[in-house]
Order: sequence, then structure tokens, then C-alpha cells
Amino acid sequence: MAEIKNIAPSEHHDYQGSKMGMWIFIFTELFLFGGLFLVYAVFRTQYSADFHKAAEETNTFIGTLNTIVLLISSMTVAMSITAIQSNNKGRAIRLLLVTIVLALIFMVNKYFEWGHKFELRLYPGSVVLTNLPKGELLFFGLYFMMTGLHALHVLVGMILLTVTIFRIKSGHVHSGNFSLIENSGLYWHLVDLIWIFLFPMMYLIT
Amino acid sequence: MSTEKHHISTYMSHGAVLVILLSLTALSVGMAELHLGAISVAVALLVASVKGTTVLTYFMHLKYESLFTKIMVAAVFLMYALVIIFLFFDYLFR
Repeated sequence: MAEIKNIAPSEHHDYQGSKMGMWIFIFTELFLFGGLFLVYAVFRTQYSADFHKAAEETNTFIGTLNTIVLLISSMTVAMSITAIQSNNKGRAIRLLLVTIVLALIFMVNKYFEWGHKFELRLYPGSVVLTNLPKGELLFFGLYFMMTGLHALHVLVGMILLTVTIFRIKSGHVHSGNFSLIENSGLYWHLVDLIWIFLFPMMYLIT
Repeated sequence: MSTEKHHISTYMSHGAVLVILLSLTALSVGMAELHLGAISVAVALLVASVKGTTVLTYFMHLKYESLFTKIMVAAVFLMYALVIIFLFFDYLFR
């Protein structure tokens, strides 16, 4: 009976369980984008000439720049987990702040990238876009849908990382309980992982 | 409080992974500039897959996770690969 007393502490925390839950959520996200990748693959096969022409319109420079920004931010978030595990809260918070700043740079680049497209009257439902050949219309539809959905994930990631910073400051996240920072990190890496595939699909392959 | 043992990655190892990822990015951008036609699609997707696997293994810490987690992740990617294969079977031979 003494054992029962020992397993009833004030705080219950299931480390493995919370991480597994995060991975299962990540799987649903992968299938969300995976479905769009399939649509892209089929239409690319069907309208390869139109896709070739439309893909040349996307800005490879901004695409590459944003890839570099996201890769560096993925490293800083991974480093922040190392910092929290080594009991260095200040460094963990600073690394997470760098990550959020990098995410902001990504969004600013996206603003200029999309802004330029809008100036060219290329946006969903515009007269210019709807008069393009069918394959080009499909490419731009997928381009705005997929990079837009991805950018939404960047915003959610920024919020999640901000919440994590406050939870570290309040002492809820520390070297003995770091599920939140690990799971936010996993989410941020997912954002990077999706971009790794979006980048060649939208900017590189023409 | 967790009493389980955790693998702590070093700052240096994260830096090394970033260098690898940036080199692969440079490679895929360079290859795209060469305009190799149909091969460039395959090369770009292959490089992206290597980059994705690197992120999953090191940044997402899969290398040090339990066998169960590894199998789960592998099964999801296998399932997605099968979806692609079946889809193109249907699309190309209907």
C-alpha cells in the first residue's frame, strides 16, 4: 500500500505521452499538405508546359532567401532545447527570440513577394489570372494556397514560441519539464520540413 | 519531474546539421540553374528528401527517440508513398 502513496504526487506529467500526441498531430499536418502535393503532382503531369511557364514567374531569390532563414531558425530552436536541458534559461529565451525574429523576416519577405504578384494583378480571382491558360491558373492557385497555408503555420509557430518564452519565464518550463519547448520545437521543424518541399516545387523546378 | 534519461544534443552538432542543410540548398539551387530538364525535377525532389530526412533525424531528434516512435513515423511516410504510387497508377493507366 505504501506504493500507492508514492504514485500520487501533486503534479502528473506524461513525458512520452505528450510527445507522442505531438507526433500524431504532426502526421495530420503532413497529410494536409501531402494532399496538396498530390494535386500539384497530377496537374504538373497534365499541364507540364503551363506549369513550366508559370513557375518561371516565381521569385527564386526570395524563395532561396526564405529557405536559408527557415533553416537557421530551425537550428536556433533546436539549440534552445539544448539550452533548457542544460539549465540555461536565459540562453534558451534568447535563442527563441532569435527564432521569432527570423520568422518575422520570413513573413516580411513573403509580404514583398506576394505584394509584387498583386502589383502584376496576379491574385486569386483577378482578371489577369483567370484569363491565363488553365495550367498556369492552376499553378498560381496552388502557389497562393500552399505558400499561404504555410505562412499561416509560420504565424501559429510564432505564437507558440512566444507562449513558450513566457512559460520559461514563469518557471513552468525548466530542465526537469521541457515538453512544451520540445513540442513547440517539433512544430517549428514541421514548418521547416514542409517548406523544404514547397521550395523546389514552387521556385526551383520550372 | 521526469526521471527518464534524455539525450542532449550539443550546440556544435546543431551547427553542423545547419551547414549540411545549407550546402544541400546551394546544391539544389545550382542544379536548377543548369536547366537539365526532366532530370532537374528528380534531382530537386531527391535533394529535398535528403534535407527532410536530415531535419527529421537530427533537428526533430528522431535518432534518439524510442523504436516505437521511429516505426510510427516510418509507417506514415510509407503510407504516403503508397498513396502516391496508387494515385499515379490510377491516373496514368485509366
